[in-house]
Amino acid sequence: MSIIGAPLTRVDGKLKVTGQAKYSAEFKPKNLAYAVIVQSTISAGRILVMDTAQAERAPGVITIMRPGKTPRLSQPEDRLSLLQDNEVHYNRQPIAVVVAGSSEQAHYAESLIRVRYEPSTPKLDFMAGFPSSYPGSHTGIPGDLSFGDVDGGLRQAEVKIDQIYTTPIQHHNPMEPHATIAEWDNGQLTVHDASQHISGVQESLAKAFGVSKDKVHVISWFVGGGFGCKGQVWSHVVLAAMAAKQANRPVKLVLERPQMFGPVGARPQTHQRVTLGATRDGKLTAIRHEVHAHTSEIEDYLESSAFPTRVMYSCPNVSTTHRLVPLNLGTPTYMRAPGVATGTYAVEVAMDELAYQLKMDPLELRLLNYTDIDPHSKIPFTEKNLKECYKRGAESFGWSKRNHEPRSMHDGPLLIGWGMATETYPGKNMPAKALVRIQPNGRVLVISGTQEIGTGMYTIMTQVAADVLGVSPESIEAKLGDTAYPEAPISAGSMSTASVGPAVQQAALAAREKLIQLALTDRQSSVYAEKKETIELKDGRIFSNSAAAKGEALSALLSRNQNQSIEGTADVKPQLDPKTSSCHSFGAVFAEVSVDPSLCIVRTRRIVAVFDVGKIMNEKLARSQFIGGIVWGTSLALFEDSYVDSRNGRIMNANLADYLVPVNADIGEIDVSAIDVPDLQLDSLGARGIGEIGITGTGAAIANAVFHATGKRVRDLPITVEKLL
Amino acid sequence: MNPFTYERSAEIESAVTVIARSHSAKFLAGGTNLVDLMKNGVEKPDCLVDINRLALSKIEWLPDGGLRLGALARNADTANHPLVRKNYPLLSRAILSGASPQLRNLATNGGNLLQRTRCPYFMDAGSPQCNKRVPGSGCGALEGFHRTHAIFGANDKCVATHPSDMCVALAALDAMIRVRGPQGERAIPIAEFHRLPGDTPEIDTNLRKDELILSIDLPQSPYAEHSCYLKVRDRASYEFALISAAVALDMRGQTIHNARIALGGVSHKPWRCPEAETILLQQEVSASMFERAAATALAHAQPLKQNAFKVELARRAIVHALNNAGGLA
Repeated sequence: MSIIGAPLTRVDGKLKVTGQAKYSAEFKPKNLAYAVIVQSTISAGRILVMDTAQAERAPGVITIMRPGKTPRLSQPEDRLSLLQDNEVHYNRQPIAVVVAGSSEQAHYAESLIRVRYEPSTPKLDFMAGFPSSYPGSHTGIPGDLSFGDVDGGLRQAEVKIDQIYTTPIQHHNPMEPHATIAEWDNGQLTVHDASQHISGVQESLAKAFGVSKDKVHVISWFVGGGFGCKGQVWSHVVLAAMAAKQANRPVKLVLERPQMFGPVGARPQTHQRVTLGATRDGKLTAIRHEVHAHTSEIEDYLESSAFPTRVMYSCPNVSTTHRLVPLNLGTPTYMRAPGVATGTYAVEVAMDELAYQLKMDPLELRLLNYTDIDPHSKIPFTEKNLKECYKRGAESFGWSKRNHEPRSMHDGPLLIGWGMATETYPGKNMPAKALVRIQPNGRVLVISGTQEIGTGMYTIMTQVAADVLGVSPESIEAKLGDTAYPEAPISAGSMSTASVGPAVQQAALAAREKLIQLALTDRQSSVYAEKKETIELKDGRIFSNSAAAKGEALSALLSRNQNQSIEGTADVKPQLDPKTSSCHSFGAVFAEVSVDPSLCIVRTRRIVAVFDVGKIMNEKLARSQFIGGIVWGTSLALFEDSYVDSRNGRIMNANLADYLVPVNADIGEIDVSAIDVPDLQLDSLGARGIGEIGITGTGAAIANAVFHATGKRVRDLPITVEKLL
Repeated sequence: MNPFTYERSAEIESAVTVIARSHSAKFLAGGTNLVDLMKNGVEKPDCLVDINRLALSKIEWLPDGGLRLGALARNADTANHPLVRKNYPLLSRAILSGASPQLRNLATNGGNLLQRTRCPYFMDAGSPQCNKRVPGSGCGALEGFHRTHAIFGANDKCVATHPSDMCVALAALDAMIRVRGPQGERAIPIAEFHRLPGDTPEIDTNLRKDELILSIDLPQSPYAEHSCYLKVRDRASYEFALISAAVALDMRGQTIHNARIALGGVSHKPWRCPEAETILLQQEVSASMFERAAATALAHAQPLKQNAFKVELARRAIVHALNNAGGLA
């Protein structure tokens, strides 16, 4: 069996469960000081007076940074809160930083700081901001895109759905909060940062302090979950480096859980109007998807909810628009399947509503509108096996036994509901570099400046190199998370495997080529002067397949040749031409819920999902990713909701007791599988990435199941008791 | 967290003496609520008196047939004690529906009685308003987030709820709280232990500052066979109640000889429903009687904008629990 695809246990698993994996907050440079961020308690206005006198005198305090008493930056990013002025744009904005000899001392001093504000009226009413909303783009892709004639398509329609779907603000809550340790040494800045993008941090810090990139060294060996909130650089990273400069000591800054509800991103709230037109027999004639999403007063981030609508179904007339509504809240950002998680909820519930209006099975409606080509560009998909996903998922779930009528299925006193939805996420990759070094002892180093955010990057790099070099995973050491390594892209957008994987593969191939050359020209080698195409590498040995028994260990070959290391490097650019092929992953998700008819308690009992995501690189890691996505989809449907106080813009459930995510008891059986057909158009490994797709569609499948159980259509997430009473 | 001194008492008497010395001193038992609030900057005691070594952990029969639960017995040990399980299953289930196993292993019975509200305006020292946290600052929840707040006994000074599950069962079981102060011992009925907010929402209970809880005394109970604790919450575990209902029936055949109904998550204290109980007296068990009792229990509810649903949810929860306890479910 090939090592690629095998359910290899994560190579860093032991380090993680034994506490030996070092996360960013766990380094302890000599003379380390501790910083605590002081956050605003209003959402708009300016700081009139900040009284730090008492805090300055508190035990252990080294320095307090605040507006007017802080290092000036050469190019501070406007989107960050770096104490360069007195303005407040959102609640929990960093307004000062206390540095002390211990974390406790810093906290105590922080509690002694008194701030007087001149508040102005904050913009916090989402709907009231619609008239002055404006268009935007997401990762450079325009928010507005239409094709065909939507009005005409709607006039043609015999059946119409026109509904509004809303989703709440959600805050990222990775187990590891944001953490930065910064240290200056002779103009050289070293930063340990919990980051999904170390080279982004490097660039941002270099710019802020006006130094060249090589003066900034960023290290991030392990990240305890990111989910998008550690993709961009946020204020605390720069503040930690500023504090280290002002204190003239290494400084550690770790955000506390409540501090994460504001300055480090969130999924914005959305208001989505979806209009579907169809013929009586269920063919879509038009789709209109109009999205309003909030952003902040200081930066535009667009939740691209209508993007999936552009590729999901065969429909000649489609219009998608997005409008940004700036509010006095922290800037929202990418959160697992940005845009797609919220957008598929709206569109896939609308499709379910259409199915009910047509008295048609929801799966049949989707099959009827299936498309093998990208409906907008009319070019073929690189690989699309969604029909197979529907088929396998339906079979495994038992969909054919579903009674279409709402409130028709029971288990004792409980109402049972079955719902389904389509899942999708774009397949993408970015330029990445890697280095592979075969050492004289036969052990292999695989190096790339990518990040391990819990997804299993160390393991994937190991597998790819092991496959090319014919060595065991145990003889490979993967290294990442250091800007001294060859540059790799952000760990986001389900792109890492399809970007870094091919780079490692190419680097390993280059090393393999050099190794074989060495052996063929080494008179003492058993393969000396053999035909190159007969040479194989397997089990840490090199041999000719004409005489396999005669081979030798790689270590024997290298030690005989001046103990040299063999190195291969690669710099791989995306190979897909977006003009000729459209690349997207798809999947089908089926959910069963139970609802207590009197108390209206919803529980998910089982979820079956089948994914078409290209090559599965590691069956075990893939399962974890899919399951994690589905659990979060359940959370989107039933639990998460950041409550904003409408007077001061403060998130009032800013802790893990009040900000509800599902507990184990909320999650029933989850059955995930994949089609596993490589997509070799995207990259040489055929992997399309799996991180995001699990959350897409899941919210809709659960919402649709709740409708099937109760006959009640909830169009406002999360689905809580009061919406069903 | 503010600096504080720490003392440990080995004797009840010295604990009471030490606590009386300072206005803001607090007893430390499990610390599962107090320490959190100290970290949040909500509680700022200048002295913690650790009472974990006091001999108050026993669970034992009383001469009158009741059961004494030591104030320092852990919630988990109390809920799983064979005498509690057999004779007071309502209490056992109520305790086990709260918090998480880790918290129940640490939290004590006395501490559970003294849990402070989970109202976010109280818990968040960065919020400008909370009369409970800063008397006179106003109630943040009244015009803000109050989906989970009180529907009984609240006023415009405070709409917070008492978060305990255990106390709802104790209210239904007519527990007595035995306390010791400088003047000696006294017993406070559970119904008078917690207060409504009134003009002093900062005061949760009628326990005096220098009094130590010794035990929770349960009277002999005829309710072991017909009781139900039903908790409705947004997620399946580790979550406070939107609504909880503790009901207990003393049945003679199909006739209800005595009934107890208490609600959690609805008021500043565990909320007994005496009028609803009276309706059930000497009645045959029936679904329609239960509906009537539940409707009566909620007749005078005063919900706010976001928590109006709790009135109907509480009504249904009582019906559900009564059906269950009465053998109709």
